[in-house]
Amino acid sequence: MKITLRVWRQAGPTAAGRFETYQADAVSPEMSFLEMMDVVNEDLIAKGTEPVAFDHDCREGICGSCAMVIDGIPHGPHKATTTCQLHMRSFHDGDTITVEPFRARAFPVLRDLSVDRSAFDRIIQAGGFVSIATGNAPDANAVPVPKDLADRAMDAAQCIGCGACVAACPNASAMLFTAAKVSHLGLLPQGQPERYRRALAMVGRMDLEGFGGCTNFGECSEACPKEIGVWTIARMNADFLKASATTRPESQGGDGA
Amino acid sequence: MYERITGENPYRLPMRIFPAVHYTMGGLWVDYNLMSTIPGLFVLGEANFSDHGANRLGASALMQGLADGYFVIPYTIGNYLAQVKPGAGPAAIAGAAATVAEVTERTRRLLSVNGGRSVDSFHRELGKIMWDHCGMERSAEGLRAAIDLIPGLRAEFWSSVRVLGQGEEMNQSLEKAGRVADFLEFGELMCRDALHRDESCGGHFRSEYQTPDGEAKRDDERFCYVAAWEYQGDTKTPVMHQERLQFDNVKLATRSYK
Repeated sequence: MKITLRVWRQAGPTAAGRFETYQADAVSPEMSFLEMMDVVNEDLIAKGTEPVAFDHDCREGICGSCAMVIDGIPHGPHKATTTCQLHMRSFHDGDTITVEPFRARAFPVLRDLSVDRSAFDRIIQAGGFVSIATGNAPDANAVPVPKDLADRAMDAAQCIGCGACVAACPNASAMLFTAAKVSHLGLLPQGQPERYRRALAMVGRMDLEGFGGCTNFGECSEACPKEIGVWTIARMNADFLKASATTRPESQGGDGA
Repeated sequence: MYERITGENPYRLPMRIFPAVHYTMGGLWVDYNLMSTIPGLFVLGEANFSDHGANRLGASALMQGLADGYFVIPYTIGNYLAQVKPGAGPAAIAGAAATVAEVTERTRRLLSVNGGRSVDSFHRELGKIMWDHCGMERSAEGLRAAIDLIPGLRAEFWSSVRVLGQGEEMNQSLEKAGRVADFLEFGELMCRDALHRDESCGGHFRSEYQTPDGEAKRDDERFCYVAAWEYQGDTKTPVMHQERLQFDNVKLATRSYK
């Protein structure tokens, strides 16, 4: 396959960026998108051009590192698939593919396709934890969890924190990510002690980081490689509303309360 | 998951699978408090060697991460912290300045070679050597061949690698070059370790040491220990320390997957 790539190049967070066009002439349909990028980078190095920076780690679709917008869609055209699991067989010989970084004010570009997603870490720090005693292993099955709650918590826990929801949202909102974390912990008995404080703190931190608000667009869930449902957002809003009405203002993070 | 990777439906077409090495079966040496030979550097989870046997099965990472994180480190790190005076910066730590200088020099060297071969090409060549000689099945002959080949590749790496860009900004080629430089040392160490262990054990299958029906043949008389290798310098052969394995409650037996 012969592919023409239009790739966003940006030397650093404050530098001006631009699209560069590269040809990839020996692309096999079996290559993953990232493997194709590796080949392009090898060509660039041979020509003395700095390779395109992009994030990647496990290349198994579970770490959430890879992040790029391919032809306008975060993680590309294949549904429920991370960029690393997208293969060139999803494209055609002669295609021109446009590759950009995730664009959001809260995700500053570090270089080329690599963006700083540490805002997500700070949202997690604000409330993405449960208080449990360390030291001894708890007895198995000592805390019963209803099946439907376990299932929903597991669905929410699928979130790999890649940020595609933010990149897909016209408001660059991080509601789906935050809601997935709030729901995953808030549905389980282990997550009850901090349930309402968590909703306040994580939403507060999310606002503080400069993510936009939710206008029920729903594109986040469409772009999500783990197909996290928008029901998590409704659930988080319910917790947040209840917390706002009943909890004293003692949350640890943000001014969301 | 399989269909996502291969584009083939395993209900219709036979799955294409093959065995491969997926783990090094070891890690950094730590004491019983999970502290490494560097005071204050604690190593948790599968980055340390402590809970590993010669084999690694699925979920080992979760097991060791949870065990070290829940049951060990909450009790041991406090003792270390209680003995350290706060506020001692890098200047107060013996050897810190020398290490900073060493890393700076190494970075400068990597960027200044400006040769004709990419980092990935070295990574691939090393990977091929390891795949051929230190993979699922190893032999003394193959391991010796690898130990002969790797130092040459390492020398070529340091004389003809091409790392573009600067050291003061985000530079993924430079990061990768540092990793591959480490792999070039680590790969050789793995071969040395595999060569000295004249037995088959877990993920280490030496073709010379097998039962008539092709199962791994251990030698508990000679090799019932963990080998901890001490770094002596880039070009010097590491020194082996043995930590005996002692089994009080469980008798050593042969595991058969048949």
